[in-house]
Amino acid sequence: MSIALNAEKLNKHFKQPEDFHVLQDISFSVKKGEFVPIIGKSGSGKSTLLYLLSTLDTDYTGKITINDTLVTGKSQNDLARFRNQNIGFVFQFHFLLPEFTALENVMLPALRLGKHTRDEIETNAIAKLKQLQMDGFAQKLSGKLSGGQQQRVAIARALINDPAIIMADEPTGNLDSINTGLVFDIFKDLSHNKGITILTVTHDLDFAKGADRVIEMVDGRIV
Amino acid sequence: MFVNTLIAKRHLLANKKQTLVAMLGVTFGIAMFILMISFMVGVNQFMEDTMLSSTPDIHIYNDIKTDYALSITGDYYKDKNAVIVVHHPKPKQVTLNIKNAAGIINNLRQDPDIAYVSPLLSTQVFYNYGPVQINGYINGVNILDEAKIFDLASKMTQGVPQNLLSADKGIIMGRGLADKLNLNMGDMVTLTTPQGTTMSFRVVGLFAIGISTIDNTRSYVNLANVQQLMGQDRSYITDINLKLRTNKIARPKAIALGKKYSYKSDDWETANASVLAGNIVRDVLTYVVSITLLVVAGFGIYNIMNMTIQNKMKDIAILKAEGFAGKDIVQIFLSQSLFIGFFGAMMGEVLGFLLAYALSRVPFPHNDFIALKFFPVIFNPAHYIFGLAFGVVTPFIAGLMPSLKASRIDPVAILRG
Repeated sequence: MSIALNAEKLNKHFKQPEDFHVLQDISFSVKKGEFVPIIGKSGSGKSTLLYLLSTLDTDYTGKITINDTLVTGKSQNDLARFRNQNIGFVFQFHFLLPEFTALENVMLPALRLGKHTRDEIETNAIAKLKQLQMDGFAQKLSGKLSGGQQQRVAIARALINDPAIIMADEPTGNLDSINTGLVFDIFKDLSHNKGITILTVTHDLDFAKGADRVIEMVDGRIV
Repeated sequence: MFVNTLIAKRHLLANKKQTLVAMLGVTFGIAMFILMISFMVGVNQFMEDTMLSSTPDIHIYNDIKTDYALSITGDYYKDKNAVIVVHHPKPKQVTLNIKNAAGIINNLRQDPDIAYVSPLLSTQVFYNYGPVQINGYINGVNILDEAKIFDLASKMTQGVPQNLLSADKGIIMGRGLADKLNLNMGDMVTLTTPQGTTMSFRVVGLFAIGISTIDNTRSYVNLANVQQLMGQDRSYITDINLKLRTNKIARPKAIALGKKYSYKSDDWETANASVLAGNIVRDVLTYVVSITLLVVAGFGIYNIMNMTIQNKMKDIAILKAEGFAGKDIVQIFLSQSLFIGFFGAMMGEVLGFLLAYALSRVPFPHNDFIALKFFPVIFNPAHYIFGLAFGVVTPFIAGLMPSLKASRIDPVAILRG
């Protein structure tokens, strides 16, 4: 299996309020189609690592390669385009745009990419929602959906541009156990059957147990 | 590009009340600008029209000279070292007429820039009303020429200018003067010149220009009657009034004519400098007030955009994570600002037009000496184009800073909570 993501000697400091070496010489790689939770106590640097890998945070030293593309050192605009195409995001608090319907929320990243016509994108978005059993709520304003429903819409949105990697930050942090199980099954299905690499920060140990491989972090190092 | 517009549209529609309030700020700014400029330019136009109805484009006359420094006294004394000072020299006999008037008039009539030429003989007279003598002027004119220059036909309150031609010793009198003399159409009035000659005229018309100093003192009679009254020959005239094809060239033309004929030659702008200064003051006032209103509207937009961006921090972060670049974020928020500006300005133009139209229908307080039925308002498309441009530029500037700020938001800080 080929490598989806490779991190080389990542180091990061927080300068405020005082200098803190949050990530220390982190090197690892993730294969295509792997489902990898990152666990660790709060303050261990797991979220920080995820945001580095996601290209949102560029203030670090070391090298990150995603899909054989070196992302370190790219300009912000290039990174935005890269994320748009290659990375799907799922966050703890869903972060759907409340003025848009569930369907439109899913469509937005694809509209931004502009590779397909609006109709194609709509068809595709409905397919993604169906995949997550959310097609019945497509025309609902996203603000009117429950937490679990919103999270599923968020996953559909992460999938719309067929990214190589999905990065999730505590995707189940705000969900009850039923929805947590649901999200877990979806992730597992995506990685094993669709070949999408999934990197998720979590402190839900049950969630981590069923994964292919677990990266555990303690005090800014992988153990 | 399209998707950015879509997001901008949603943001605007999601908060309709706030959008409307921001728009109304621009709307009132532009409406006031349109109303004020329409009215002020209307007033300026009215002042200019009134002014031009009493001032010819160019007025050629023989000015009294005060410089009599050239003296032959020195020749008398024959002493080269003597300093000759003549104290208070004054002319003994001066005729203020224009010499070779017929030649000059003929020459002026050939000039392609000049539309009408009206020769004039003006003199001071006393209007006798019983034992009372009222001071005033009469202008001896060829009434048809004079009527063309000042559009007298429209200023007549009774009679027509042509009456002067058909009547023997007719007089067309300013209305204020006629009131003072208790004269009506067909009444006789006796004039006395400073030299003591008298002559009687019959009132064949009354005019009101709207300037009391003229309406209270001036009358028109045939040129020949004044020449006769003053005991002068048929070529004796003192002034020539000119109307140009366009009054914009009045100043250089006046200078050229003054040089050519070596008589004093005044253009209408010089003669009415104070009125034109008033126009400039009104113009400046209009722009100052309008720009103030628009700046206030701009601050309103700035505030609302800042608030919107504060509320949309999470959305901006998520958009950035999804792959929207900084310039997309700028586009999203700047286009909202421009939308507010454009539609606010459009509504402002409509409102401004309605207000201006309403004002133009308000009757002006009645006054015998002011020829105004309604408030003077001008409708000029250029004002509307300017207003729209201004209504778009202000929100652009007001929205630029908040939009740039939004584009610089660090998504990590927000997404991590």
